[in-house]
Amino acid sequence: MPGGRLECGHARAYLEDSMNYHWNWNVFFQPTGIGKEIYLDWFVTGFGWTVAVALVAWVIALAIGSVLGVMRTLPDSKATSFASAYVALFRNVPLLVQLFVWYFLVPDWLPESAQTWFKQDLSPTTSAYISVVVCLALFTAARVCEQVRTGIQALPKGQSHAALAMGFSRVQIYRHVLLPQAFRIIIPPLTTEFLAIFKNSSVASLIGLMELLAQTKQTAEFTANIFEAFTLATVIYFVLNMSLMKLMGRVEDRLRVPGLMGGK
Amino acid sequence: MSAMIRINNVSKWYGEFQVLTECTTQVAKGEVVVVCGPSGSGKSTLIKCVNALEAFQKGEIIVDGTSVGDAKTDLPKLRSRVGMVFQHFELFPHLSITDNLAIAQVKVLGRSQDEATEKGLKLLNRVGLKAHAHKYPGQLSGGQQQRVAIARALSMDPIAMLFDEPTSALDPEMINEVLDVMTELAQEGMTMMCVTHEMGFARRVANRVIFMDRGQIIEDCGKEEFFGSPRSERAVQFLSKILQH
Ligand SMILES: Nc1ncnc2c1ncn2[C@@H]1O[C@H](COP(=O)(O)OP(=O)(O)O)[C@@H](O)[C@H]1O
Ligand SMILES: [Mg+2]
Repeated sequence: MPGGRLECGHARAYLEDSMNYHWNWNVFFQPTGIGKEIYLDWFVTGFGWTVAVALVAWVIALAIGSVLGVMRTLPDSKATSFASAYVALFRNVPLLVQLFVWYFLVPDWLPESAQTWFKQDLSPTTSAYISVVVCLALFTAARVCEQVRTGIQALPKGQSHAALAMGFSRVQIYRHVLLPQAFRIIIPPLTTEFLAIFKNSSVASLIGLMELLAQTKQTAEFTANIFEAFTLATVIYFVLNMSLMKLMGRVEDRLRVPGLMGGK
Repeated sequence: MSAMIRINNVSKWYGEFQVLTECTTQVAKGEVVVVCGPSGSGKSTLIKCVNALEAFQKGEIIVDGTSVGDAKTDLPKLRSRVGMVFQHFELFPHLSITDNLAIAQVKVLGRSQDEATEKGLKLLNRVGLKAHAHKYPGQLSGGQQQRVAIARALSMDPIAMLFDEPTSALDPEMINEVLDVMTELAQEGMTMMCVTHEMGFARRVANRVIFMDRGQIIEDCGKEEFFGSPRSERAVQFLSKILQH
């Protein structure tokens, strides 16, 4: 791969010289010298990876986090302590440390055949992608778990009593009575987690997955148009987050219950 | 008359604290029994034991021939046959009134959605709320919600109904609309066990009155005897306090 880390001294020179900085927004349409690509293509590819990492990790996080959140509200103390231990572990270790564990350590613990597959058969990009998705999914699941637990516990105890009294099973009570209400309550904090997973996906650049941040750095190194590159990246992240917030706002409106807080 | 609900020597503890002490009583088929007594005397706990929402440590409760405390008893099935109405209604706020009435019929009894909806609407009509079928619980008044809750319990074709202070959370002007529905139900021969302080309702509708204090059943007698010549000092005090209002 061409290009290394942008030298610190190099970058500072640009900054000190910024009075005379030569802005060039056309840089994104210049050829990269690799095939017929222009620099904008790198951003498009990077954006694609960012979305692919965040969305897949989010779906997994939502599923695992919901199961864990339910476990934390069960009368069975074994389920509760398992979920609590999970949350403690994944919330208290920094995300970057978790990523390095998943990428550098965990593959070595796999059985021989799985190791060869992960380290040799898969392309470096694919193995980095898998590591990042697993890392972000499990990290975010701990946070989703806490939101789901809070949502369930916020409901009046009489709700599950009423459902029990009509003959619902435990599973039915969660499925038809508790979770539909809990999820409505926690849409705002879940939105925060959803946005966070897109922002956190930038850690992937540290293990060589060419998502948006990595492509930005590479463009900056290749062209020396460091400000243009990071300005474009900022705009993309910003527009992405605003759109996601809008989307979640729509979801919230769709699920709003008439006669309840904020409902008509 | 055969006993629909038979409570024999039931005792229950919360840790060290004994909530129920050797409670014994019966509710015959078609009988209406009012349970009253000071706050904290164990009334709610007792009726929750009847459909196993609370467990008890000693004694037995038999509902329509099935022992509630027996580990082999299918509790969801038993509960689906006993209707329960709560102080705070406990309708499901995220479901429309129609769905509130249908969901347990479909999920628990396995009825079809159409059949369940039709039955729900019939019962809604009976409690005078047919026009509100499409609304959500949050759009109804407390009295209306409690009538829906009664209709919801009835939709399961219960063999008996338990009421836990069904009018205590209501504004005074809404109490009667709920009591009227309960009175009608009693006159149709429903077996009912009602925790309530509405002594007017007890006088009009009850067959028997149970008075509880500190986890014990102190009085268990016909309503004439209870209101005419209560035997215990505590019941006399309770009645004089409550009838002053
Ligand atoms: N989950 C519980 N844990 C401990 N004590 C409880 C619990 N639920 C009720 N109690 C106690 O049991 C007693 C009876 O409560 P309850 O049956 O609700 O009384 P009532 O319905 O007559 O007002 C009260 O003193 C109450 O504080
Ligand atoms: Mg009570």
